[in-house]
Amino acid sequence: MKSTLKHLLAKGGPFIGLILVIALFSLPTETREFFLTYHNFKIIFTQTVIVAIGAIAMTMIIVSGGIDLSAGSSIAFTSVVGALLIQREFGTIPTVILVLTAGAIIGLVNGTMIAALRMPPFIVTLGTMSMIRGAGKWRADNQTVNYEGSPINQWMTTADPAGYALPPGVWVAIGLATVTAVVLKNTVFGRHVFALGSNEATARLCGLPTVRLKIMIYALAGGFFGLAGLFQLSRLRQGDPTVAVGLELDIIAAVIIGGASLSGGVGTILGSMIGALIMAVLRNGSQQMGWPTYFQEIIIGLVIIVAVFLDRLRQGKQT
Amino acid sequence: MTATAGLRLVDIQKRFGATRALRGVSFDIAPGEIHALIGENGAGKSTLMKVLSGAHPADAGTMELGGRPYLPADPHDARKKGVAMIYQELNLALHLSVQENILLGAESASLGWIDRGQSRERARSALAQLGHESIALDRCAGAFSIAEQQVIEIARALLIKPQVLIMDEPTSSLTRADTEKLFATILRLRAQGVSIIYISHFLEECRQLCDRYTVLKDGETVGTGQMDAATLDHIVTLMTGREVTDLYPRSTHARGAVVLDVKAVASEPRLKRASFQVHGGEIFGVAGLIGAGRTDLLRAIFSLDALAAGEVCIVGEGEAEETATPRRRWRQGLGFLSENRKEEGLMLNQSIADNLTLTKQDSFGRCGWINGRRQRQVAQRWVGALRVKCRDAGQRIGELSGGNQQKIAIARLLEHPARIFLLDEPTRGIDVGSKAQIYQLIGELAAAGKTVIVVSSYLPELLGLCDTIGVMCRGELAAIRPRADWTEAEIMRVAMGSV
Repeated sequence: MKSTLKHLLAKGGPFIGLILVIALFSLPTETREFFLTYHNFKIIFTQTVIVAIGAIAMTMIIVSGGIDLSAGSSIAFTSVVGALLIQREFGTIPTVILVLTAGAIIGLVNGTMIAALRMPPFIVTLGTMSMIRGAGKWRADNQTVNYEGSPINQWMTTADPAGYALPPGVWVAIGLATVTAVVLKNTVFGRHVFALGSNEATARLCGLPTVRLKIMIYALAGGFFGLAGLFQLSRLRQGDPTVAVGLELDIIAAVIIGGASLSGGVGTILGSMIGALIMAVLRNGSQQMGWPTYFQEIIIGLVIIVAVFLDRLRQGKQT
Repeated sequence: MTATAGLRLVDIQKRFGATRALRGVSFDIAPGEIHALIGENGAGKSTLMKVLSGAHPADAGTMELGGRPYLPADPHDARKKGVAMIYQELNLALHLSVQENILLGAESASLGWIDRGQSRERARSALAQLGHESIALDRCAGAFSIAEQQVIEIARALLIKPQVLIMDEPTSSLTRADTEKLFATILRLRAQGVSIIYISHFLEECRQLCDRYTVLKDGETVGTGQMDAATLDHIVTLMTGREVTDLYPRSTHARGAVVLDVKAVASEPRLKRASFQVHGGEIFGVAGLIGAGRTDLLRAIFSLDALAAGEVCIVGEGEAEETATPRRRWRQGLGFLSENRKEEGLMLNQSIADNLTLTKQDSFGRCGWINGRRQRQVAQRWVGALRVKCRDAGQRIGELSGGNQQKIAIARLLEHPARIFLLDEPTRGIDVGSKAQIYQLIGELAAAGKTVIVVSSYLPELLGLCDTIGVMCRGELAAIRPRADWTEAEIMRVAMGSV
């Protein structure tokens, strides 16, 4: 009986968690009719997009045994870059390409310092977190960057003018999650990411190009943060260098709740997506229940700790 | 030797799972005696020291210290009762001052405030007792040489006025001159009535320093006596005297052309100089004490460590390169088996299939995609061929026993496939059945014309398996001879630097 419970936790832990939170807000009569509706879930999904895309990238990094604290700053910075480009009348496609490139370059710098100069990722990205935040404020001249309309503004609207059922941002996040999950599971690159995080010494011994691999992971993740920056821009309809402060912690929390291990080698995209959803549902539900924000914060903190505790139970079973 | 003084151990036994690390060790030491504890790697010395210093409780047997039963609850308790230990790896807080290090855990304080004057006095007197007043109390411990750091560590041990001081391989990282100074320090302590248990592989040093000796073999005391009365040969025979069983099937294999030519290689910090050639169809053994540079030699050949000097020529692969990588070595047909399965050899939380095929995952599909089914089929084939006990090739390798893990680690080299096998302690910590299987496999490889280089601490294994054996001593490959020209005693003699 006890082992069945543990098996259940090991296989579907995050998923069970998601169902529990949804049930929590569906049962009380005062919220039921508002909470469990298509429209409300459209809002929840839309609110999850930025954290979800960040979490896809962060899953890759954490599985490879790293961490990226500069994610929030990168998202703010790339949103400013996007706004500046639109302001200068760049088309949508060049803007998207340039913003993704900006994100990838930040990742490249992070990855190079971590891999080639052998510095701990926590320290490197703690430093770049502050540097990128500063650079964003500098380029934005310490204020929000406004522009006159762009198709990008339509990516996160729940009004659904084109009839896609969900906003484009949600579809992009779902597509990206699917592709990345397949890549991590079925490609040489993906298996090498797991190998690197599971045991770097073994990876080196077996002739994996560990330095190149790490740089690639951070650069790719940087591109994803750039994409998240575009959705941040779409949501605010302006470039704001002070947005997404501390968002990296939400992203990391989503990955951890999803069952990844901070020591590397373990983690799934699906888990991280569920982790991101759990947090979004909690936020949304608490608002509907009329709970004060401090209460939401306490609950979310608690969920992170419980998730990691369950993770330890699971690890205990393995050793 | 009276019954009321010194330390006395009677029939100590200790078991870890199915392994009987200590089968019955008896041993005594008088105050003011230096007693050598001698034995091969794995003879049970470390376990005995852990029992003595309170890190592990004994399963059976009695210990007496100063005539009273001695039952340390933990290392701290052992220290309080008067047994202090100096480990081979020094345990200093390198950023703290000498004084802080000496007093660590025994600070002179009242209500949490450190009494500076008294602290200084105690640290100073501990160093003075060792004849090393010149060591500055306020400098960082990290600023001193290894030899001086060792003095600081001994001073810390002296603070508690120990009756017994255990020293584990204290000279392994010291120069000749520093060794002499350390001996002077130890003799001073003897004059002060401290009992010193001196563990060392260097028999010459033991002869020079110690009053008596005890030899351990396979967890048992096999001999004890006065140092003056014993010859080196007698001690070496006690250490190694055992029968070579027929675990080692002799395969017939013909020696082919030279495939690997190692020319005067050196690497930081241990490997000083090693040159040898190996041929196709040859099994080459590397013997030597722990820390003699055996593993470093394999790592240098495989480019896991950078070469400080010399070159590694792989015949048929063009010129030797300045900077090769492990990746390049795999491509050249070399394969490396790490002595450290858990830390380096395997990814414990990944599947058998992924571990087995990590060096060649790009061969399981096109354009970077992996055909998982083919990968698992390949792994499954090796699981069957090597009789690995597991559910299937998708099982996490961490769930397997040591022997089965090792078979997968070796299968990685077989599957790659390598033609020159560098095997570092291929049978360490695995059961006898798996051992025999691995020996047979090595024989088959040589019969098929492959080259195998085996590093091992277990001499019967090398003598039973290899065509040629090279012995390392203090970072140098000291002698290379055909197997027929070696005996266990002769290997030990060369390994301990007493040629």
